[in-house]
This record gives sequence, structure tokens and C-alpha cells, in this order.
Amino acid sequence: MNRADQRGGAGTGRERFEVVFPGEGHALRQALKEAVAFLHKLSLAPEVRGLVELVLAEVGNNVIKHAYCDAAQGVIEFRIEQRQDALRFVILDDGLPMAAGVAPPGRLPRIAAMRADLPEGGFGWHMIRALTRDLNYSRIGNRNRLEFTMWPAALIQGPEPE
Amino acid sequence: MQLESRDLNATRLITARGDRLDAAAAIRFKDEMRDLTDGGPARIVLDMSRVAFLDSSGLGAVVGTMKQLRDDQVLELAGLTPTVMRVFSLTRMDTVFTIHPDVQAALGDDFAHAS
Repeated sequence: MNRADQRGGAGTGRERFEVVFPGEGHALRQALKEAVAFLHKLSLAPEVRGLVELVLAEVGNNVIKHAYCDAAQGVIEFRIEQRQDALRFVILDDGLPMAAGVAPPGRLPRIAAMRADLPEGGFGWHMIRALTRDLNYSRIGNRNRLEFTMWPAALIQGPEPE
Repeated sequence: MQLESRDLNATRLITARGDRLDAAAAIRFKDEMRDLTDGGPARIVLDMSRVAFLDSSGLGAVVGTMKQLRDDQVLELAGLTPTVMRVFSLTRMDTVFTIHPDVQAALGDDFAHAS
């Protein structure tokens, strides 16, 4: 009985955050601001906060562009939960499903020799996958659900991926 | 995003005054950079020390800016903050640009003699 009461109380490292916002750029900026304000309450290095914001921005931009086709006709939900040494994320939207039912692999575009051929896009999913673990996309009814974990300790000194 | 430009000897120093180069700012940034680099000197240094946040859209805008230059022009970057630098290294785009730790390092003698 005592152990059940102690679990989940203040100071047990289970802080949570949720925001729901319209799927368009300015609302995303505001949601990121609120998420960062929440992150300030946890003891995270500034660089870790920056990388969390980056991942949320990339995921949010992808939802706006691909799930909602830049038509700004739906909402996005960000959920963040701190679980001891990790941060757990759930991103929800009611837009179009991901192609092939899985999140993109995020292969980096090749760095071309000629300036005119340099890539201007295709970086987002690579960065999302490089910075997260246990990423999983699922569709439940009309809702897209993207889950992933970020490990602050790994983010700081992590070597660059392959 | 507000951009300020001044020429120091053979270099055009462009200072990015806004703190976010993201999807909302990317297109206007590219257009304004085109205006500021058109007809300009061969060496362009972009001071990004005030840019606290840059995502893949912002990265694309910086790459796109470089692609807009004349063949004889180069775009160098200065003062990238840690998270912004991480975006460049994660995507390997740090191999494409010359990146200086700060404006002073980028400008060297030009800076010392600036009025």
C-alpha cells in the first residue's frame, strides 16, 4: 500500500507535458516554446533541450507538410513524459497516414560534388532517427501515432551516426 | 529574419539578427540573402551567432543561399551555436561550408581594420 502511494508522486521523476495545437507553422512555434519551458523544469543540459526542440520541430513540420498537406486543417498533440533517465514522446495527429505504414528510414541525401546539385531537403528524418530510440509509428482508426524515446546522456557525447 | 550587411575590404559580412531559422523563416531568408549577395564581393560571411535554433528547413535555406551565388562567390559561416552546429554535423553539411568559430576568426585582418 505504501509503495503504491509513493509511486508517481512529486519528485519521482515522472513529470508530464501535453499540448494540442493547430497544424500550422506559427502554432508549432508556440507549442515548441511551451515544450521548451517545460524542459527547463527538468535538469537537462541546454544542448539536450535544443536537441529535443529540434526533434519536435522536425516531427511537427513533417505532420504539417505531409499529414495535413500544408492545409492547416487539423490539430497536433505533443506529449512528453520524463521517466527517470529518459524522455518519452508521443505525437498524435488526424492527418493522412504515413506512406507504407512506417516512418521513413531517413537516408541522408548524398553530398554532391557540384554546388548546383547540393541537397536542400531530405534531412529531417535522418536527424529524427539519429537522435531518438525505439521510434515507432502506428495508425489507430484515423489517428497517426508516433512514439520515441530520447536519452539525454546519449545525446550529449553521442558520436555521429554511421 | 532581419539581416544586416556591411562590406569589410573584400568580404561582405551579413549578420542574421533573428534567433530562429526554421520553416516559417526559411523562404524569406533565402530571398533576402539573394538580394544581399547579388552583385556583391566574392566572399560572403554569414554571422549566425544570434541564431539559437535552426532546423532542416533552415539548413535548406542556407544551402539554397549558397546555390544562388555566382560561381566565383563563396558563403562561409561564423559563430554557430552548439545545437545549430549539431544540425550541420548530423547531416554532414559541415563538410560543405567553411565554418568559423566566430566573426573575428572569419574576418581576421579585415575585422581589425574595420571602421
